[in-house]
Amino acid sequence: MTPLLSVQGITKRYGAHIGCADVSFDLYPGEVMGIVGESGSGKSTLLNCMAGHLTPDAGQVVFDTRTDGPRDTITMSEPERRMLGRTDWAFVHQHARDGLRMGVSAGGNVGERLMAVGERHYGDIRDKATDWLGRVEIDASRVDDRPTTFSGGMQQRLQIARNLVTGPRLVFMDEPTGGLDVSVQARLLDLLRGLVRDMGLSAIIVTHDLAVVRLLADRLMVMKSGRVVEAGLTDQVLDDPQHAYSQLLVSSVLQV
Amino acid sequence: MIELKNVSKTFTLHNQGSAVIEVISDVSFAVAPGECLALTGASGAGKSTLMRMIYGNYLTQAGEIRIGGLDIVKSEPRDIVKLRRDVLGYVSQFLRVVPRVPTLDVVAEPLRALGVPADEAQDRATALLTQLNIPERLWSLSPTTFSGGEQQRVNIARGFAHSYPAMLLDEPTASLDAANREVVLSLIEDAKARGAAIMGIFHDEAARTRVCDREIDVGRFTPGIAA
Amino acid sequence: MTEYNFAYLDEQTKRMIRRAILKGLAIPGYQVPFASREMPMPYGWGTGGVQVSAAVLTPKDTFKVIDQGADDTTNAVSIRTFFQRTAGVATTTATSDATVIQTRHRIPEERLHEGQILVYQVPIPEPLRFLEPRESETRKMHSLEEYGLMHVKLYEDISRHGHIATSYAYPVKVEGRYVMDPSPIPKFDNPKLGDMAAIQLFGAGREQRIYALPPYTQVVSLDFEDHPFEASKADHPCGMCGATDSYLDELIIDDAGGRMFVCSDTDYCEARQSAGHKGKDAA
Repeated sequence: MTPLLSVQGITKRYGAHIGCADVSFDLYPGEVMGIVGESGSGKSTLLNCMAGHLTPDAGQVVFDTRTDGPRDTITMSEPERRMLGRTDWAFVHQHARDGLRMGVSAGGNVGERLMAVGERHYGDIRDKATDWLGRVEIDASRVDDRPTTFSGGMQQRLQIARNLVTGPRLVFMDEPTGGLDVSVQARLLDLLRGLVRDMGLSAIIVTHDLAVVRLLADRLMVMKSGRVVEAGLTDQVLDDPQHAYSQLLVSSVLQV
Repeated sequence: MIELKNVSKTFTLHNQGSAVIEVISDVSFAVAPGECLALTGASGAGKSTLMRMIYGNYLTQAGEIRIGGLDIVKSEPRDIVKLRRDVLGYVSQFLRVVPRVPTLDVVAEPLRALGVPADEAQDRATALLTQLNIPERLWSLSPTTFSGGEQQRVNIARGFAHSYPAMLLDEPTASLDAANREVVLSLIEDAKARGAAIMGIFHDEAARTRVCDREIDVGRFTPGIAA
Repeated sequence: MTEYNFAYLDEQTKRMIRRAILKGLAIPGYQVPFASREMPMPYGWGTGGVQVSAAVLTPKDTFKVIDQGADDTTNAVSIRTFFQRTAGVATTTATSDATVIQTRHRIPEERLHEGQILVYQVPIPEPLRFLEPRESETRKMHSLEEYGLMHVKLYEDISRHGHIATSYAYPVKVEGRYVMDPSPIPKFDNPKLGDMAAIQLFGAGREQRIYALPPYTQVVSLDFEDHPFEASKADHPCGMCGATDSYLDELIIDDAGGRMFVCSDTDYCEARQSAGHKGKDAA
């Protein structure tokens, strides 16, 4: 079986400081991987290197493209990479405002990716947008409202709809539930789980919330100072951590 | 179906003076399809630890644990995820779910993960919840607010939703009344009859005698106790 | 006359602007940056158009200026006078007689012919600006032909108004490549942009951009399959000349709500009236 994403030796330095160093792993279709670690551990740098937002100093990010099979996305041309970014890849930002156009209606936000890949039938675009609002539990009557009138949880769900409307195969998520009320987080987690299952999505989720990865991720990577210190099955890493830092991380969480 | 060969486990507590605790050493046994094996031994003997190792929840340092031919000690996470979805069921003592998800969906989820259509999965969930006497008015609520006994029954319903060829049961009859205990025992008997290999921890001696074919005392694999 | 170089700008500046124009003609619809000069008029009064006109004018040219179609508004008169004084070129109000026509917000009704140059004054050259404020990003979108966002703007129009309500500065795609803002001409004029015999030059002074359409360029107005582009105008004949095919201005003529519609292109209207055409409001 070909991995959907094969990350090899990704290294990113900021001057003398290491962002992330020599990270490698394979992600297979349908797998959800969590990346945890404290602030500054390099998890966001790694995510941005994989998603093409940052150029790593070394390493490969090989994606199994629909048409040409495995391709290194770092050396592919920018138009190709950006095309991936609005078709087979999706990126869910921590702050919905970073991933939405706040001056554009909910329908327009969801429809943008469709129009970007050449859909030119207003009625079809609007129908698809409305359908997706329903799938992320936003009432169809809100299709013409701007996200500025939405709550934080709704904005985040809208961002997810906007990302998933073109049926991507790989979703990058940066703290998708960060900054949301606990009750809103739960609903979002359930929604994400359902979408991942029903669409057969692969996902990479960066978070510092161990509860989030326990519920969403099949696999887990623990990062410290830019390096992966432990990786494995999510519940195994959380319940039987092997590395000193993972043990500290797990034991530091308040039990409720 | 479930086969252990020379299995050992240690915990290394890096943040507590790097203490190394040897919990299980050199375990070998097998459970055949249609057979139910009980793990016995005093509290702290390592029964739950052994179950968790077989489920892949705890890392095994040495030996082989084969389930349906797959050695989970050496397997990639994705293979274990697939094994847990298709082959290996686990009913733990604690219910761990996404808050606010309705009970019916919690129970149907293992089937949904296998690609069973939503209505079919819900029918199966409905049947199990009815059988386990969870009142229908609770089905649309999240089980996180339920009593201990109710949670335990939801957990069992979820564990038996899919007909796993291998199952691990951690105290399945604890905190159940006589009627529900009877339902659970018959579920176990049905699973055995269809050829499932089952391992369990049963403090309930009568239950153990009724459903289990063999017993293994985990205490004899525990270095600390043996010494 | 002796105080100024021909057509006000110095020769080096004109060369620089001509280079930008040539590049623009070579890549139709592409916005070419140029070093816009201070002109003796405020930004927003056509400084971009004036610089382009200054760079293309020759002593033998006949110059015409229109503002919203009219030859006789302050802006048109000022710019015409400016080049009369600084270049000494002949001026005209007759569209067919002019060799260089500087315009704000209109394309003349009369079909232009080969050899003519139409110079547009452009306030905001970037059609993507309203949805993507970052210049670095819009330039990348142009270079990679990522124009989905342009349709988002039209989508928003339809979702809010039930139809594409954008009535001027209606975006077009040039030769299947660059999306271009045609300057704030009414969308009624959009069909005239394409396949035009004259050279079309666009100058944005404050924004320091020049772009161009060589003769007979393919220009397509963006739309949706189920909401096709429509060149619309007020549904009336001209009150003065009776024309039914020209773009009309609505005039309020009394305090009782009385109004009349007249051609915005004054030269076209006057020529028709001289030829004997009469509208219902003609004296």
